[in-house]
Amino acid sequence: MTNLDETGALRRTPLHAAHLRAGARMVPFGGWDMPVQYAGVKAEHAAVRESAGMFDVSHMGEFRVTGPDAEAFLQYVTTNDLSKLRPGRAQYNWLPGETGGLVDDIYIYRVSADEFFMVVNASNIAKDWAHLTRQAAKYSAVLTDESDQWGLIAVQGPKAADLLQLHADTDLIARKKNSFFSAHLFGLPVWLARTGYTGEDGFEVFVAAEQAEEMWNQLLSAGLIPAGLGARDTLRLEAGFPLYGHEFSDSIHPLSSTYTWVVKDKQHLGREHIDLAPSQKLIGLTLDKVPVREGYPVQLDGQVVGHITSGSLSPTLGYPVAMALVNVQSADAEAYGVEVRGKLHEARRVALPFYKKADV
Amino acid sequence: MNIPSDLKYAASHEWLKDDGTVGISDFAQDQLGDVVYVELPEVGREVKAGETVAVVESVKTASDIYSPASGTIVAVNEALGSAPEQVNGEPYGDGWLFKLDVTEEGGDLMDAAAYEAANG
Repeated sequence: MTNLDETGALRRTPLHAAHLRAGARMVPFGGWDMPVQYAGVKAEHAAVRESAGMFDVSHMGEFRVTGPDAEAFLQYVTTNDLSKLRPGRAQYNWLPGETGGLVDDIYIYRVSADEFFMVVNASNIAKDWAHLTRQAAKYSAVLTDESDQWGLIAVQGPKAADLLQLHADTDLIARKKNSFFSAHLFGLPVWLARTGYTGEDGFEVFVAAEQAEEMWNQLLSAGLIPAGLGARDTLRLEAGFPLYGHEFSDSIHPLSSTYTWVVKDKQHLGREHIDLAPSQKLIGLTLDKVPVREGYPVQLDGQVVGHITSGSLSPTLGYPVAMALVNVQSADAEAYGVEVRGKLHEARRVALPFYKKADV
Repeated sequence: MNIPSDLKYAASHEWLKDDGTVGISDFAQDQLGDVVYVELPEVGREVKAGETVAVVESVKTASDIYSPASGTIVAVNEALGSAPEQVNGEPYGDGWLFKLDVTEEGGDLMDAAAYEAANG
């Protein structure tokens, strides 16, 4: 074995010290020193599926957009229909590229008629900022990068709402999915979004960076299990959620994924690229035993027709699952071969997601 | 960190017992996290010290296992096929990987004290 350790100049979230105190194993992730696991990926994964866990996602970026043209500007640079987004609601959305692919996949929250808040992927903060500020020049809209001002903690799992309710000053249970509102949690001012990236119910807690560690400690005391990037990835994979850099990129056609509903019929940047039919399709695969990883070739009738984009053993299901991008004309087969270290292993195509919460 | 004194250790975290048994160290299994699959070599294969002979996969990643000695594979731990988590639970016991008829040990093998100093 090799490469157990990597070091370098990495950014730290406001919760870095809390992670070290909790015994986290830290790894480089998109330029950040992040916890990959605390007790172990399987245990953390199970905690989120069966009870409630929490993730530090403070490395993600937060931008605010205000002004009379805020809606028109965002409507142009995204594919989903923002005109239908009411204040107090959150919406999953895409930033289409000027030359194809996606700049990023994002969440947008409407604060008021002319004020929006958005969360972008950590590794794309600088790229998104450059892209959005360039596009905003034609609009009467002001962009602010608030990424350093916020700590962000995702509380996820079937018991998340009940656990948080005990310490909140407003009714959380009644809030609908994709609600976005201000509240006090453990007496600290927060913004809460009933959203997440695990396939479970939960809330994402936006807290001032300087109060993030106090919030984390309060959540620990309330019984939430800290979970790292390892569990976050296996949870999102089981739920069939695409991840930027794997299922999305500047060069992958956005409609290759199953999330075609994110594109609405409207004028937006890069529409001419999205209007072209994708040459690849994202499919779900299961295997009997061997985990398959990103980049492994996918074969059909002796020909390479695609590659694995994400793969792991599914802790909930107990067998390996993977997502793969394959040529459209090869996307309807029932079985494929995946090449693992020179040997071909049979993989069966299944509908995404692999795991779905019963009442979602 | 558990580092038995009767074993020799490679810098790449495999251990070698006098009888030719090979596994990965407690430190290595802890770093890998939950082991979910182990790919073992074929019995009868001749291997050289430092050669990739097995793969241990955790939830997150696949890690090559290098032979700490030259020789012939004379046994593999078939039980890991249904219980790969033994690599985590008993890295020096039931989580062993394969057994070699050793012809020559690798040049970089360390005793327990040196391995602990290198990974402490």
